[in-house]
Amino acid sequence: MLANIATPLGFVALLLLFTVGAIGALLLHRHDHRANVWGSLFAIAGSVWGVLFAIAVLVGGNDIAAAVQLSPFPLFTFSVHIDKLSAFFLAVISLIALFSSTYGIGYVKHYYKQYSIGALGFFYNLFIAGMLLVVSASNGIFFLVAWELMSLASYFLVVYDRKDAQNVKAGFLYLVMTHVGTAFIIIAFLLLYTHTGSFDFAAIKAGAVLIPASMKNAIFILAMVGFGTKAGIIPFHIWLPSAHPAAPSHVSALMSGVMIKTGIFMMIRLFLDILQPVPAWWGLTVVVIGLVSTLLGVLYALTEHDIKRLLAYSSIENIGIILLGVGSALTFTALGMQPLALIGLVAALFHTLNHATFKSLLFLSAGSVINQTHTRNMEEYGGLMKYMPQTALFFLVGAMAISALPPFNGFFSEWLTFQALFQGIAALDFYAKWIFILAAGSLAFTGGLALACFVKAFGATFLARPRSIAVTHTKESSLSLRVGMAALAVFALVFGVFSGRLTSFLNGVGRDLQVFHSSTSFISINTHQNLSAGHFAFVSPLALFVYLLIALVIVVLGVKYLVNRKQKVHLGATWDCGTDLSPRMEVTATGFSHSIVTIFQRVLRPSIQHDIEYRDDQSRYLPKSRTVTLGVSDLYHTYIYNPIHTLVTTLSERTKHVQGGNINVYLLYIFIALLAALVVIR
Amino acid sequence: MFTLFLKIFSTPKTVIPVQDFDREQAAILAVGERLQEQVKRLFRGSLAIRQVDAGSDNACEQELVALGNAFYDVERFGIHFVASPKHADMLLVTGPVTRNMAEALRRAYAATPEPKIVVAVGDDAINGGIFKGSYATHDGVGNVIPVHYQIPGDPPTPKVIIYHLLKILEGLERKPTRT
Amino acid sequence: MTIFFSILQAILIPALSPLGVGLVRKLKARLQNRQGASVLQPYRDLWKLFHKDEIISTDASWIFRYAPFILFAVTLVVSASIPFLTAIPGSTLTSDVLVVIYTLAIGTFFLALAGMDTGGPFGGFGASREMTVSALAEGGLIFSLLTIALRSGTTDLFAMSSASLISTTSSYVPVAMAFVGFFIVLLAETARFPFDNPATHLELTMIHEAMILEHSGKRLALMEWASANKLLIFLSLGANIFFPWGIAHSFGFAEMLVSILVFAVKMLILYTAIAVLESSIAKFRFFRLPDLLMVSFILNSVAIAFLK
Repeated sequence: MLANIATPLGFVALLLLFTVGAIGALLLHRHDHRANVWGSLFAIAGSVWGVLFAIAVLVGGNDIAAAVQLSPFPLFTFSVHIDKLSAFFLAVISLIALFSSTYGIGYVKHYYKQYSIGALGFFYNLFIAGMLLVVSASNGIFFLVAWELMSLASYFLVVYDRKDAQNVKAGFLYLVMTHVGTAFIIIAFLLLYTHTGSFDFAAIKAGAVLIPASMKNAIFILAMVGFGTKAGIIPFHIWLPSAHPAAPSHVSALMSGVMIKTGIFMMIRLFLDILQPVPAWWGLTVVVIGLVSTLLGVLYALTEHDIKRLLAYSSIENIGIILLGVGSALTFTALGMQPLALIGLVAALFHTLNHATFKSLLFLSAGSVINQTHTRNMEEYGGLMKYMPQTALFFLVGAMAISALPPFNGFFSEWLTFQALFQGIAALDFYAKWIFILAAGSLAFTGGLALACFVKAFGATFLARPRSIAVTHTKESSLSLRVGMAALAVFALVFGVFSGRLTSFLNGVGRDLQVFHSSTSFISINTHQNLSAGHFAFVSPLALFVYLLIALVIVVLGVKYLVNRKQKVHLGATWDCGTDLSPRMEVTATGFSHSIVTIFQRVLRPSIQHDIEYRDDQSRYLPKSRTVTLGVSDLYHTYIYNPIHTLVTTLSERTKHVQGGNINVYLLYIFIALLAALVVIR
Repeated sequence: MFTLFLKIFSTPKTVIPVQDFDREQAAILAVGERLQEQVKRLFRGSLAIRQVDAGSDNACEQELVALGNAFYDVERFGIHFVASPKHADMLLVTGPVTRNMAEALRRAYAATPEPKIVVAVGDDAINGGIFKGSYATHDGVGNVIPVHYQIPGDPPTPKVIIYHLLKILEGLERKPTRT
Repeated sequence: MTIFFSILQAILIPALSPLGVGLVRKLKARLQNRQGASVLQPYRDLWKLFHKDEIISTDASWIFRYAPFILFAVTLVVSASIPFLTAIPGSTLTSDVLVVIYTLAIGTFFLALAGMDTGGPFGGFGASREMTVSALAEGGLIFSLLTIALRSGTTDLFAMSSASLISTTSSYVPVAMAFVGFFIVLLAETARFPFDNPATHLELTMIHEAMILEHSGKRLALMEWASANKLLIFLSLGANIFFPWGIAHSFGFAEMLVSILVFAVKMLILYTAIAVLESSIAKFRFFRLPDLLMVSFILNSVAIAFLK
């Protein structure tokens, strides 16, 4: 039966499900509830079919290739080629879309009567369909069409809640940045076309050896900028912290968990598959970009008190970790150490899957909190554990997974990334070794800082007493939201405990790429599903989980029933040194990270501004109110984007004078152009 | 650092042995509920004291601070001071309990887990002492929270305090009389 | 057979850790010209705390109630996974360097959350400071153990504590540097001077103590015991991995006896070093601590560079 699914027809059915969902939702736009149910149900059905399809391709072992020529122009060729790498990404997209859509059934209800639910269903289904096409396209033009579809659909989703002006601004920034990235990608593809004569990926791969090295380097830089903008690497990330919070939460989960991974997918596809063989400095550059992104991402996340912006910056951090894996894979491939490169690739793919899982979980939990409290500001949360206990539990699982705590999945993908970097430190020569040492150090620090960040996020949101009245009116989310979150939490644990099996599976996916066809893998698993990296390192996910569980049970039972039977537990007040504790005496999110911000102040440039309003402006003795504004300046705006902006506007101002408005001057221009053309043709 | 350690090793021992404590003190002043034997056994090896200043003139605090120095060294009996009433077994209350501190004292008492001992240290804490009859005080700890023992003196010397502490737990006879 | 060994370690380390803490306190008292409590005093403290009632704040949630158990369970799992008296592998399934470090991080995570859970001012800033110090200490910790791991070609803690690989003269300098880096991180993670004063009463100077101010009775006992366990675990790691001479790798009676005696001597030296350190210097101001942790990280990075 699997063989019947893994056919081009299966893929068309997949796309058809989403298209029908989109169009149907739009047609039903007058009835909010029907549009919601239609759109969500077809999205769920499509996702389930997508997961089945992807697994069928991965297990079956045959690539799916299909090409339909609708017209002589390359613009209308529908050409897909799904190998194991694409199938893996299809699986990830579909899995997250499944739970995100389940969540969406209940979540979208709070947009009824305010905005058009039909439009939401339309763009949501198109967005997912666009992502699926992006990872399966095998023709440059078709890829760009799918890329645009994905970007535009997500733009409309970002500006969906258009009553808030911030969201519209965020959407505009997103639109500009994604098109700047697309421009770079188009130039890269055009360069490839000039040197290989085709847009088809297979043809480019065959002709890759003929491309001169300088051109390859140029394509690398262009592709890095273009796909990096989508992935959110520093310094092209400025759209991410504004756009991801602006979208509805289940869309944020999809954008953060899956859409930015399409950038990573294309990087792997281009650098490890199509353009091979590549020089080693490409890999080292990617590692450097990765280590900068991961450290700065988590530092900026620590400064945030808007919960969704914190999660968005944390996505930047995790993209950095994935890039560390991709970069090490590139470096080792260039130096001929295929088995070691495979660790890097497997680590990157595993972290992609894991990050998709736990980041979506976090965004969905944050969404259900925001749904109830109507604010994104963490300083107004507090004590939500008593009102929303299940959401709190799911957020805790997500926080533990993202901080790489065993036994959840985040730990094992970071373990694999560390192994790749450790092998680099052991095996490479001086310059590369130091870059890998810095990368491992950056990853180590990031692990600790991410832990701090999520203690802050979970603690400020769910623990202690409520800091605002809004919290006391909340209640637990409805069933569909909880099902979506619970499923992802279970997957976070399952992927962790079964990471041995998953790693060997991903080994197979990695080996499917031509550059790794004949190599063995440094990572292996034994009969008990334990991971070992050669003779260097060894971990047993199942044993770790079982030991922790047994130890916990022994300690709880031992203390409660053996040692401490006669003692009673009373409830009292928090020790307040004799004064009354107000909610303002709890630690705030800003206060929690204040130490770290102060330590890293050279990088983060925190600013503090005091405004005092006096009762009498003449004699400024008695203040009426004081406002303290704490801010963190964004380095990139100051040093990169504002100068570019100023440069572009100044240039535009100067060239504006060409447009004189005088007909005679225009006639002169035409005359000069004609003369120049005549001279050139001769 | 070298001169520091040279000084450490050349200073003679100054800890006052247990036999030198003033045994002519009057019998221990127990008030209120009698402490049960099992509670005394529980705390004999390890006693955590939280010191509450309920508006005192700090004379008793100075003597309590002296308890930890190299002469009296209360730590050798297993007695130590803790930072939070939730960690404490015994509340040592000083001062006549001013009106401002009454509520704080009650909360400290409520925050101390059972079993607990309350000792009023100093004449002020016992019956108001030199502040007796003032409009600003409650004239003694016993008027605010239940007290088990009293240590008289204005202020009581550290020797008296240690002697009373050890007597409360009836551990004085059981302590090995070594220096 | 090996499972028996790891269970034995998981019992021995909690059994012996209060003795270590008592030893440090006794030595500090002697250096202050006092007599001090006996070295068995922490056992009496724990016994008494287990027999007291508890008072739990109404603001606290299940995280506050279960954090001490989780923290203690984590130290038990790590106890079974490190070389303690001997280097005979107990549970090699969990004795990878990164596994041990991140398992201990679970404990730190829940400790910080428990500090924030009751909504008191002290627990909150205690958690903030603890996470700051812990975040910056992780780099140094991973890198110090990585130095030895790269030298011995494996990250399994039992295999790393092997004297034959450290004895070449070219290794002395990197190993010594890595040990200094490790020792700094040890002081940070176990809340000792100059990072934190375990005996302070001033809440504004507390890091670890601030988070446990709200605990009482058996939960307080578990927290203190887990912290003593962590100290013994880190000291065993330091002694066995950086100075592995005399450690036993197989079951021979004479070998094991020598191993136990040598281990006892190493522990005595290390505990004395901590007591002497705590009596000689003052606690650092909080914002000087990141500089110290960066020193540890840089020392370890240079040690790695010196390896080849």
